[in-house]
Amino acid sequence: MTVESDLIQITLQSLFVSGSAALLASAIGLPIGLLLGLKRFKGRSVITGVINSLIGLPTVALGLILYLMFSNAGPLGFLDLLYTPIGIIIGQTILVTPIMISVTTETITSVDDSIRDLALTLGADDKGAAFTVVRESFGGILLASSASFSRAIAELGVALMIGGNIRGLTRVLTTSIALETTRGEIALGLGLTFILITLILVVNAGLGLLRKRVQWWLWE
Amino acid sequence: MRRETRIATAAIILVVILAGTGYYVYWLSTQGRETLTISTTTSLYDTGLLDLIKETYEQEHPNVILAFISAGTGIAITHAKNGDADMILVHSPSQEYTFMNESYGVNRKIFAYNYFTVVGSASDVAEINQTNPILALQNIYNYGMAHNTSIWVSRDDLSGTNSKEIALWTAAGYNYTELKDLPWFVSSGLGMGSTLNVADEQSLYTLSDIGTYLKYKAEGLITLEQLVGEGQELLNVYSAIAVNNTTVSSVKFDLAMDFVQWVVGETAQQLIADYGVADYGQGLFSPAVDILESESPAQIYGWIRDYAFFDEGGTLYECPPSWQVGEYGLYS
Repeated sequence: MTVESDLIQITLQSLFVSGSAALLASAIGLPIGLLLGLKRFKGRSVITGVINSLIGLPTVALGLILYLMFSNAGPLGFLDLLYTPIGIIIGQTILVTPIMISVTTETITSVDDSIRDLALTLGADDKGAAFTVVRESFGGILLASSASFSRAIAELGVALMIGGNIRGLTRVLTTSIALETTRGEIALGLGLTFILITLILVVNAGLGLLRKRVQWWLWE
Repeated sequence: MRRETRIATAAIILVVILAGTGYYVYWLSTQGRETLTISTTTSLYDTGLLDLIKETYEQEHPNVILAFISAGTGIAITHAKNGDADMILVHSPSQEYTFMNESYGVNRKIFAYNYFTVVGSASDVAEINQTNPILALQNIYNYGMAHNTSIWVSRDDLSGTNSKEIALWTAAGYNYTELKDLPWFVSSGLGMGSTLNVADEQSLYTLSDIGTYLKYKAEGLITLEQLVGEGQELLNVYSAIAVNNTTVSSVKFDLAMDFVQWVVGETAQQLIADYGVADYGQGLFSPAVDILESESPAQIYGWIRDYAFFDEGGTLYECPPSWQVGEYGLYS
């Protein structure tokens, strides 16, 4: 079967696409999450409510909306993003950013009051107190990133509709699993599934180790 | 402050690595190669034939990347209309006619054919074995009406296979839309492979393209038997159509025509004839170009002409003259 020779390429493509999406989502979601977690302002609960519900956005619905946007007949057609890895990255970033924001906000809020007050009592300024809070919630922020990555690499709708499952270009693990299953190559599909699950486990375990290291490093 | 500097440095390194990888991948995938996007039907893609075509074509044309988007005929045509595909490989003459009539498609070439097949469990409760497709559907209808248990599963997804099924029910004297409401009629909404699985699990009859059926059978995934096989009514014709670049300006017309010329050429036709013989004991597709040129064997030629040719001014054409563009030596 052809897929075996492509296996490494597909796995790397999956890692690259979903890793990029998770990093981008972290870059966008972290500041927003910090803002929502640290500041109290009017309309904050409405915003967090909307973001929380966006976590449940069906991937196939997002895929359809983005297809209509990225299609040559759509408003963003001139960008030539349809059927490219960049297109999938953008789609998955949109998909997982709400998770990043939501978990970050929640974890900041949960450490906020006591630690912040303590830091302020110990003579830190507002900025210093905020930094202390972020440091305390580092574990939660890392969890947000790894959850974003897991959701991105495990989703099918966006990768299929925006990527098109083109061999060598936009084929990733989930679209391969879907393809091999419809082709009747059940064993191969199952093998790919194990690779996907292993990847998710390894990345999460790696981030767990990283967390201890970095937390130690942040404290010196 | 030192901590913050470290974090910033780490973040910058991360971004640089990411951007570097991204640029590298982009560089690798472009390198002066052009992408020809072809929207195609699942029955062609899932058999693996197009993987072989891609490998062979890219070896002969190192500056072209063939990007196949595999979907049902319905969505394949939508992709092409939106300018998201440069050409289509499909198997639904009625939908193709509409597509070309709306001036979205030009230079149609029939490049392969095979047969649909009515499959069911070996017990064959409706007794359709060795009958013809029309009689088989009538028997299934009568059995369904008499017993009111699920007996037939339809893909119901506007794919080429589904179009054929609708045409067969119509020819047997029934209205497909009304049939869908009957208790014995199951609508799967799934692809061919999954629909075969449903039929196998629940002992239902269904219509399948021969390629997917043989593949599933050979893999031991289903025990369904081929009950009604070849015959004029079950003919399945695959054609290549280039998207018209005067209607949809974004398409790569020249690249598409290169591929059309190649797929009707000797190399590709031989590839199509041989595909699957080693694995399934019979070819999954038959090349059509020689038959259309020589008009023999007369029976097959007649079947293809009656089923898949389009009428213009009282004459039947593979591609009516007014939908032919440019000189590519495609039509004799």
